[in-house]
Amino acid sequence: VNVRCYFQLIPPPYPLSSLEPYMSQETVERHWGRHHREHLNSLNTHIAGSELNEMPLEEIVLASYNKGDCLPVFIHAAQTWNHDFFWQSMKPGGGGRPSGILLQLIERDFGSFELFLKEFKTAALTQFGSGWVWLTYKSNRLDVGNAVNPCPSAEDNKLVVAKTPNAINPLVWDYSPLLAIDVWEHAYYLDYENQRAEYISVFMDKLVSWDFVSSRLAMAFARDEERARKDASSSEEDDLVLADSAAREMFLDSDDDDSETE
Amino acid sequence: KSSRVLGYYGLTAPPYKLDALEPYMSKRTLELHWGGYHHDYVESLNKQLKNSSLYGYTLEELIKITYNNGNPLPEFNNAAEVWNHDFFWESMQPDGDKLPWGGLLQQIEKDFGSFSNFKDEFMQSAMGLFGSGWVWLILKREEKRLAVVRTSNAVCPLVFDDIPLIALDMWEHAYYLDYKDDRRRYVSNFMNHLVSWHSATLRIARAEAFVNLGEPKIPVA
Repeated sequence: VNVRCYFQLIPPPYPLSSLEPYMSQETVERHWGRHHREHLNSLNTHIAGSELNEMPLEEIVLASYNKGDCLPVFIHAAQTWNHDFFWQSMKPGGGGRPSGILLQLIERDFGSFELFLKEFKTAALTQFGSGWVWLTYKSNRLDVGNAVNPCPSAEDNKLVVAKTPNAINPLVWDYSPLLAIDVWEHAYYLDYENQRAEYISVFMDKLVSWDFVSSRLAMAFARDEERARKDASSSEEDDLVLADSAAREMFLDSDDDDSETE
Repeated sequence: KSSRVLGYYGLTAPPYKLDALEPYMSKRTLELHWGGYHHDYVESLNKQLKNSSLYGYTLEELIKITYNNGNPLPEFNNAAEVWNHDFFWESMQPDGDKLPWGGLLQQIEKDFGSFSNFKDEFMQSAMGLFGSGWVWLILKREEKRLAVVRTSNAVCPLVFDDIPLIALDMWEHAYYLDYKDDRRRYVSNFMNHLVSWHSATLRIARAEAFVNLGEPKIPVA
């Protein structure tokens, strides 16, 4: 039997003991070495021999989400992605305050850093059942294929806190995740037992990697720009298609009009 | 001005000491699970009901009402979790029976083929549950047969009008201290050492008042 390993288990970007005493080595060893690994193994088993095996992980997540009618591989693909993202959301000596454009956006969209903290912690505390809580950058695209946002503005692109059950993540809504906290009980039970509120506080005060959050925000901006460029060029193509079916003169006219407005 | 304590529903204690399920379920797990989670669900439910028009229901009725045909009201999670936990504690007993008795064993053999088939199906159902939830042995009212089902988060078979006989809590807090990620060992210890076939037998006997499981017995004059 020829077994090919499609995805590999990515270790957290720090030693497994380095989040002590806030997240114990035993918790990280089990969480990464068992829970995360099992999802990765199941993912590889599921995609072996399927048309998904050529795709990057994010695309597998979206394809297997299947607009809400999830394929069996979805939970494993999403949980693999979520855990990778979660490990990167933390660092030894983390916590403190964000800075730069990230802090400005937090203050713009939540009122203040403290209000953001409050909203994030409440969301993490009230997620009922297994799941995740995210800080995400919400894009203003309407994912309905044949419509555009009638009044797009820069304010549409804003930071929001989102809760997701089980394996779901904000990629499926076309948001850009910036920060994740795992509120499955296995993430904190050995260290905090039923004191979820304390786990969440310690996560925000001592573990969160604001460098990572900032880098994801930069990626989200870059994605927006890339999409804006693509939209602009595809609407030019639309004009071309329209113009082709009309008279030759009209094509020249509309082309001229475009270049004048730009 | 005197303050009034409103307690609509109370916290029922498990019908055994908290260390009585050792070594299969530790005292610490019971302390947190019953004294923490279950207790908190009761408190939160009573707090919610203080400012609500939902008054005077039995807990079972409250669960069905707040399930609201699949669009649960805010009280549903707490109400159902209180009931589920009560039911779970009573689904276990120290040194649980090895086999069901009364008519239950025959009914299991009839509906699953054999007792070991039933155990396999229960194990598979538990292992296949993703996220928090419960696994149940139920009596399906319409079909008049037993079935193994799993439910997500707080949902319980009452909302589908089925009659539960056994509940197994598959939220991670139920087993993580004792079994960590080894769910299979948790479920198999539950089946082999903890499950109370005594409770299940009494439950199916009560259920037979509503569901006719055999040929009608017509008394001969």
